Amino acid sequence: MEFAELIKTPRADNVVLHRPFHAAVEGTLCLTGHHLIFSSRRHDNAEELWLLHSNIDSIEKRFVGSLGTIVIKCKDLRIIQLDIPGMEECLNIASSIEALSTLDSVTLMYPFFYRPMFEVVEDGWSSFLLEQEFEHLSSVTNEWRLSCVNKEFSVCPSYPPVVIVPKSIDDDALRKVALFRHGGRFPVLSYYHKKNGMAMMRSSQPLTGTNGRRCKEDEKLINATLRSGRRGFVIDTRPLAVAQQARAKGGGFEQEVHYPQWRRIHKYIERFNILQESFIKLVEACNDQSHNMDRWLSKLEASNWLTHIKELLTAACLAAQCIDSCMDRKSSEVLFCHMSSHPVFLCVALSGSHQAGHPFQQRCAQSAYSNSKQKWEAPVFLLFLECVWQIHRQFPCSFEFNEQFLIMLFEHAYASQFGTFLGNNENERAKLKLPQKTMSLWSWVNRPEELSRFQNPLYEANSLVIWPSVAPQSLQLWEGVFLRWNRPSKFLEEAEEERINIIRYNKELQAKVNALRRQLAELETEEDAREEVEVP
Amino acid sequence: MSSGKSAWRGLFLPEQHLVTLSVENVKLLDRYANRKAATGTLYLTATHLIYVDASAEVRKETWILHHHISSVEKLPLTTAGYPLLIHCKNFHVAHFVIGQERDCHDVFTSLLKLSQPVKPEELYAFSYNPKMSKENREIGWKLIDLKLDYQRMGIPNDYWEITDINKDYEVCSTYPPEIVVPRAATKAVVMGSSRFRSRGRIPVLSYLCKENNAALCRCSQPLSGFSARCLEDEQMLQAIREANPGSPFMYVVDTRPKLNAMANRAAGKGYENEDNYENIRFKFIGIENIHVMRSSLQKLLEVCEMKSPSMSDFLTGLENSGWLRHIKAVMDAGVFLAKAVREERASVLVHCSDGWDRTAQVCSLASLLLDPFYRTFKGFMVRTSWNSPGKKCGHLDGDPKEVSPVFTQFVECVWQLMQQFPCSFEFNERFLLEIHDHVYSCQFGNFLGTCHKEREELRIFEKTHSLWPFLLQRKQELRNPLYRGFTAYKELQPNTLPFSFQFWCGMYNRFDKGMHPKQCVLDKLLSCMSQKVTLEDNASELENKLPFFDGPLPSEGCSSSKAGPAAAKGPRQDCGEGAAPGLSNGPSLGHQKHKESPSQLRDLHKLGSSAEDGKAQHQG
Repeated sequence: MEFAELIKTPRADNVVLHRPFHAAVEGTLCLTGHHLIFSSRRHDNAEELWLLHSNIDSIEKRFVGSLGTIVIKCKDLRIIQLDIPGMEECLNIASSIEALSTLDSVTLMYPFFYRPMFEVVEDGWSSFLLEQEFEHLSSVTNEWRLSCVNKEFSVCPSYPPVVIVPKSIDDDALRKVALFRHGGRFPVLSYYHKKNGMAMMRSSQPLTGTNGRRCKEDEKLINATLRSGRRGFVIDTRPLAVAQQARAKGGGFEQEVHYPQWRRIHKYIERFNILQESFIKLVEACNDQSHNMDRWLSKLEASNWLTHIKELLTAACLAAQCIDSCMDRKSSEVLFCHMSSHPVFLCVALSGSHQAGHPFQQRCAQSAYSNSKQKWEAPVFLLFLECVWQIHRQFPCSFEFNEQFLIMLFEHAYASQFGTFLGNNENERAKLKLPQKTMSLWSWVNRPEELSRFQNPLYEANSLVIWPSVAPQSLQLWEGVFLRWNRPSKFLEEAEEERINIIRYNKELQAKVNALRRQLAELETEEDAREEVEVP
Repeated sequence: MSSGKSAWRGLFLPEQHLVTLSVENVKLLDRYANRKAATGTLYLTATHLIYVDASAEVRKETWILHHHISSVEKLPLTTAGYPLLIHCKNFHVAHFVIGQERDCHDVFTSLLKLSQPVKPEELYAFSYNPKMSKENREIGWKLIDLKLDYQRMGIPNDYWEITDINKDYEVCSTYPPEIVVPRAATKAVVMGSSRFRSRGRIPVLSYLCKENNAALCRCSQPLSGFSARCLEDEQMLQAIREANPGSPFMYVVDTRPKLNAMANRAAGKGYENEDNYENIRFKFIGIENIHVMRSSLQKLLEVCEMKSPSMSDFLTGLENSGWLRHIKAVMDAGVFLAKAVREERASVLVHCSDGWDRTAQVCSLASLLLDPFYRTFKGFMVRTSWNSPGKKCGHLDGDPKEVSPVFTQFVECVWQLMQQFPCSFEFNERFLLEIHDHVYSCQFGNFLGTCHKEREELRIFEKTHSLWPFLLQRKQELRNPLYRGFTAYKELQPNTLPFSFQFWCGMYNRFDKGMHPKQCVLDKLLSCMSQKVTLEDNASELENKLPFFDGPLPSEGCSSSKAGPAAAKGPRQDCGEGAAPGLSNGPSLGHQKHKESPSQLRDLHKLGSSAEDGKAQHQG
């Protein structure tokens, strides 16, 4: 398919761009296969706006006489308005944007066309290989092994080809366990806590059904992760009633009689459609500037967004050592434990989410504004990022990255020039040949100039476990995402600049003092040497 | 509050802290976390309740000033013993459980008596003795001089004068002897106007914008009833308007809701009739009265005290309390006044009923928005002192209902501004909390008495100390490391959409440490600032020892090319004394070294609301 077919009017002049907190700008609008480009085309102070079509969530058009107006709502929650003279031009542009922002085929997406202008220092596709992780792990324990049982995605299509499993369980057993777990998602290692050897694993629900089916291999696998005499926890993110209902559909939960060393805890996390609805309500509330205080607070409350955040944080705190069922919800949680038990650079965690199969493409196909809601869309990744942000706020010195990094990930999950967030699982990603055909986000991020933008100046490495407070008073609306386009950010950016400067200046001073000390010491030893020579 | 603790290890108390009662095996419950309750000993002195936690690994003391206590309640007996619930005016809530009923009753009755002084002499300020010389005490009181502030505004000038017309409190008993009025207003006009204003509180100047002559004035409501007029009052307003020749009109702002103002007409009071006053634009702002505010605060505190509320409970409670709605109303009023002065270049006369609280509050807020001076330590002190002429603090009534939340609201508005403009204030949140504490502590004379006359009668200036020098001594811990200096921001134009207001956990849940960020950015930056001084000293000292050294440093991490721009953009010095020095000009920096305040003073000044050891870094 040629993009040109979809673009009937590639360019319009005298278009006026309106954005909140910016003066209206007049200029030229151009449409390309993947971008909407607006330029004021002025020599003194040219303003340009580049918008990926894939970032566009919804588009509305209206007319006053022959002046058309298009309101574009983006997945990063920004809303812009374009006044386009000429009814035909406006209609053409609107329909092109509509078509280009809802392309069906993944291979038509921008990452397959994007040619980076930067020099790739390190290929991001191989930045987070499980093999390397495992090497790390092997240096502290020999209880685990790498398994290639899923090499052809034959055991579990949504798992990566290589996974980490208990050493005592062979591949045949894994195959049997996979048959006993929903979607073939057998238990695999998600996080290993080096300090005490506790492991966190993840899986889907067991297919016990109504008659309480058992699987010896499953029981053996799960028990293999426990040292003798120790107990473990199974965290099920469904309420007990739902878990019980699931049995009728062939699903179920781990019966305590069959897993005697394990205690099951049900920690409910809402279903996708509820989360999505909550997301939409919150964004609506944030965008309506006509609210008075009472209305705003009641809308904020009614959106339930912060309730979900609180629940998720509570669950994460709970899930320090656990296994559990549902894939997606678990995915965000595992990471979570990851975060709350060990302050590491998020990339590492993210690679986890990725390989363990977060269906990004489905979850992030639409954002808060779109009308066509499909059942698998959910802001789960955003929820996860926000939870990290909430913890970041409470432990501002424990994260190597800053808030901008989290916001950047949010943006790229929804619309990106990079292939990192394409495809729903490792299998799909392999079929799409993403590493060969697209650029990884990490190739871009892992360069010194980008990394420095995302560094937290306050970061101090520490290996303490961090426990966030989940009291409502301790949680806040994530303004950096939800109010980002609705308020001026200049003063907050200046504050961040100031923080960076204070710390950098101190570090430089320290380095200078150290250097001077060293120099002085050298001079003194020279002097002493000379004196020694003179004395005798 | 963490310094100087060692003085009390084993409770070595200064002489005035004689222990009058001590009870052992008292439990202190942690409201927030379900942690094991602390067990320890409770002491009562003449001024403080002191609790020493014996069960903690690190010795922990909780100090509660008797004056801070707003209520003491005995709760029904539990298995652990007899609970005693103490609420403080600085929102500290302490839940003790005492083993014996007799002890509990003794503590209860003692606290009731101690927390409700009957005579002014019983107020802490009159016994508080920081061992300061008489001269220093006088200097302390002169630290903040309103006259200097008038001078800064350019007063006296062609239009305004400082007059001692009120020296015998003839014009108004609750105004200071010296007031600022338009030159054009004769004595007859002033006296006439005073008879037409409730309690004689005539229009006086609160802030003058030097650049455009627009003035903020304050007064009480006119005694207009349904139709009364007063020629002198009309002339007074005309004089104010004409003192600003650039503008053809002036605003008269009534901060009350219209309904309340109308109700006042029946009592012979009310508001200005636009037809009677030449070229005024009259406007209601609709800030609720003190009773509404008080009950709103009460509801907010109940929400904050809820035991493990859900998010929904909390947000619904926050909404129902109406607190943030009131905060927004005050902020909106401040923004309106600031805009009128700055953008419309019009003078504004503000009043509510008596011109005590709300008038002072919104005028102070507006001047803070308009003038960066009031965002410095000194300027803020001036404004807070400004607030006090006519500020009603019911310290003696003993009735907690008399305590007005207006000052709390003012302080919160400033905090909300700090959230939006983090680099524009010289001081930090702790400074606000300190002042808020002392408004209720009665430890210093600044907030005693309702007016100048009463203060003279109480001999505040001779018998008590001023708070300000004590706070200035602690500048290093109360300053804002992000402050960009006096000239960085002129006026502030805050966003007042509802979502720009946050719940102030640091105020209303201040003593629930578990709710706060576990790592404190402010502490970290402050320690950087003090480290910086030491490092700069070290560097210059070392450079002096290396006399032959010149040329770039051979070290890593500090190559000259890298250091250059950073140094140029380096963090600012305090008080906006200019750009940061570059890395190379070492020796001249010696004078920047800050002096630690004498610890003795700090100890004695210690308010002791809660004295926890360490910086809440407990993790895991």
